[in-house]
Amino acid sequence: MSDKTVHCRNYNENPCSMCMPMGGILPFKGIGQSMVIIHGSQGCSTYMRRHIAEHFNEPIDVASSSLNEKGTIYGGEENLKKGLDNLIKAYRPRVIGVLTTCLAETIGEDIDRIVEEYRLERGLGQECSIIAVPTPGYGGTHFEGYWLALKELARLAGRVPKHSRINVIIPNLSPADIREIKRILGLMKIEYILLPDFSDTLDRPFERPYKKIPGGGTELSDIMAMGGSRATIQMGMTVDERLSPGKYLEKEFGVPLYNIPVPMGIEGTDTFLGLLSRISGHPAPEELSRERGRLLDCMIDSHKYNFRGRSVIFGEPELVGAMAATCIENGIFPVVLATGSKTEKLSRLLQPWLEEHHIKCLFLTETDFFTIREQAVRGKANIAIGHSDGRYLTEREGIPLVRAGFPIHDRVGGQRLLSVGYAGTAMFLDRITNTLLENKYSNYRSSMYRKFYRGDEKDAVPAGKSR
Amino acid sequence: MSAQPEKNSGLVFEERKDFILTKGKHRQQLKCEADSLAGCVSQRACVYCGARVVLNPITDAVHLVHGPIGCASYTWDIRGSLSSGPELYRFSFSTDLKEGDIIFGGEKKLARAIDELVGKYHPGLVLVYSTCIVGVIGDDLEAVCRAASERHGIEVLPVQSSGFIGNKSAGYRAACDALLRIIRPPEGKGPPGTKKINYLGDFNLAGEVWIIKGYLKQMGVDMNVSFTGDSRYETLQRAAGASLNIVQCAGSMIYLANKLEELYGIPYLNVSFLGLEDTAQSLRKIASWFGDGGITARAEELIERESARAGKRLSWYRERLQGKKAAVYVGGGFKAISLIKQFRELGIDVVMIGTQTGRKEEYETISEMVDEGTVVLDDANPSELEKFMLEKGAHLLVGGVKERPLAYKLGVAFIDHNHDRKHPLSGFVGAVNFAGEVYSTLCSPVWKYVGGGIL
Ligand code: SF4
Ligand code: SF4
Repeated sequence: MSDKTVHCRNYNENPCSMCMPMGGILPFKGIGQSMVIIHGSQGCSTYMRRHIAEHFNEPIDVASSSLNEKGTIYGGEENLKKGLDNLIKAYRPRVIGVLTTCLAETIGEDIDRIVEEYRLERGLGQECSIIAVPTPGYGGTHFEGYWLALKELARLAGRVPKHSRINVIIPNLSPADIREIKRILGLMKIEYILLPDFSDTLDRPFERPYKKIPGGGTELSDIMAMGGSRATIQMGMTVDERLSPGKYLEKEFGVPLYNIPVPMGIEGTDTFLGLLSRISGHPAPEELSRERGRLLDCMIDSHKYNFRGRSVIFGEPELVGAMAATCIENGIFPVVLATGSKTEKLSRLLQPWLEEHHIKCLFLTETDFFTIREQAVRGKANIAIGHSDGRYLTEREGIPLVRAGFPIHDRVGGQRLLSVGYAGTAMFLDRITNTLLENKYSNYRSSMYRKFYRGDEKDAVPAGKSR
Repeated sequence: MSAQPEKNSGLVFEERKDFILTKGKHRQQLKCEADSLAGCVSQRACVYCGARVVLNPITDAVHLVHGPIGCASYTWDIRGSLSSGPELYRFSFSTDLKEGDIIFGGEKKLARAIDELVGKYHPGLVLVYSTCIVGVIGDDLEAVCRAASERHGIEVLPVQSSGFIGNKSAGYRAACDALLRIIRPPEGKGPPGTKKINYLGDFNLAGEVWIIKGYLKQMGVDMNVSFTGDSRYETLQRAAGASLNIVQCAGSMIYLANKLEELYGIPYLNVSFLGLEDTAQSLRKIASWFGDGGITARAEELIERESARAGKRLSWYRERLQGKKAAVYVGGGFKAISLIKQFRELGIDVVMIGTQTGRKEEYETISEMVDEGTVVLDDANPSELEKFMLEKGAHLLVGGVKERPLAYKLGVAFIDHNHDRKHPLSGFVGAVNFAGEVYSTLCSPVWKYVGGGIL
């Protein structure tokens, strides 16, 4: 195994990450009756809305303080306050996230102060909570933005009497994954507070009349109760402690923290269920055991095909970690693991896995697709797993892409992709195995011909080529 | 035309009243070309976006975004602009400014980035886009680019597209300023009577430039340079050698057309290749400008042949689409005007129409064209789109990616008239494609089910 941070260049060629405020929007979309306003110029919020809308196929209303030249020179306070007025008027949200951009941070906007002042000036009481999160785009990727926003949300928790629920804090998963986690928690008879929960808000059913703010999401009152929970389960092995909401709840309120990987694969899901059973005292029900058995069956059925896979996996560190572990369990050994974020935790997390199987794998952090492509080719990767921007690997190098994570903007159904739990893992694996098979079937005739055919039949044409 | 406040009551934002009107008997001005209202979820994009959209189709240039990573990340290969050769324009280069660069300035990093990219790709042209914070931290793009230009003996041009100095239109202008610096003065006077024209304002999203080039060729006219669909640095330099400019997307290119007239005496014609009527009319306009009998005859022949072919298919669609109602919300006024005509060709009424950055004259034209009762609005937000689509009973919305989910959630059909489509909407073939797309979304069986429940 080797670690590599490639950034000796002075430019980024084909980015593998987005910026911080974009990541900050997502958790807020998973809070009941909430809205976000981006403090900065109009363009940033429009871009982010488009990106999120393409993935989820949902209307993504995000306001902007629409800073103009004047605001940039003399301070954007007025714009932000006016923006908040208008946002409240149009949407009547219960929670508002105020996220900053590069521009607002560069001109030195103190959003905490502005928000505080705004509350006083407008006499805003309990009816609406405003949460300011400083997210300069240059300060980190969307991964850090996501977790920072979550941590700021967790700070709403108060000192409340102890209760029997547990906190479950999740990374940027698909709505289908979130629903699966809720189903498992239900089967395990766990009472929980899930943060965030955009399983309904970003994948809402068609219904009439149209609601400006979709129903669903974590209730504010539940967030406030997080300080009294029995425990926190946080799927955030790669999250920096300074950004960790679970750590915050532990330090502030003494809620014990169990930091675990995303429940994917046999080991990942076992860990999750084992933990739930220890906390609750209930064993996993028969239904889940059967699902586990089915996953094993699926793994055995596909193991020979999968063992031919050499994967390049990229995206947000938390998901890369979980997908890599799942791939390793199945012999789809990774040759490159890459993320646009800065993290050492990913390689540390996977080290034991790699050592156990003697896998040579390159870690790329703060990287771009130019480097990923170069290294994937060097490592002879034959399957790519990650978000849509990896299509570049298919187009340039013919490495087929299994779409996973965020954003998926060139295919439909990113919000419906199920990959967690035993059942979800089986679906995730099938997508990979089938991609490997498709590649194999579309190539083997011509490749055998090229390798072995030495005959002199006059009408011999490579099979697979049109005759 | 008159604003009818009683009809538009229930607007969420009082301040937006003047930007919306319902066509009535008396004339009245619609307010437009103003800053967006803070906090109300404008659908507008930024200056950089406008500039990038116009310049990105230059296929052999290095497009380097000077700024933090996000701005570049959101624009990587997002447009389907097609190339007949080079692919460099499909890569996203960014100086990826970090905290330290913001504090100490990004000029040195930019200079090094240019050096490295030139060393690696050997382009003739590097375009350096400025983003919002570059305007604030005060990097001197002009100076860095000039120095790099001298160092490498190639063209390195700054695009002054700091996002907060205006909206997308300002970006179009910044792009045109950069283009003007590429164009070389003509060497001597071109041969008199040359039949070369430049085609402005088509980005070859799905081969449109090639379609129009084909039409012109059949008429006996050569396309000199297209701005900027499938263009290259070298050909752009020769733009001043044309005898006429035709301008398709006026919003983005009218400024360039005016400048080319002023600097090199090249006149221009406004054209539109959207819809049968406009396409035929535009080809005639071009032919008659040349005043050449041969060209006119060939144009007529082409129009007759293609119109007949397309017309037959369009009337099939018209029978099925007649009487439906459309809502339109697009980037510029030019496109909006064309869409009204195109829908008319299909027997569809436009009941709501708006743009992000339409200009005063365009809104006047729009207001004259639409029927009484149609709502016209500038820089709309989702609440307004929802309100008027429902109020006016629109069956269909034309818009961009951000509007699509809203339409679908309202149970309304949708047409993408933006950068992501993969089929041409220009010329005779485009008119048929457009009708086909309208048909595929309006007449899909899925709508049958949106009204009811399980039982
Ligand atoms: S920072 Fe400026 S240039 Fe970049 S996306 Fe935002 S508005 Fe556009
Ligand atoms: S990187 Fe900064 S300036 Fe660019 S889109 Fe993100 S927040 Fe806006």
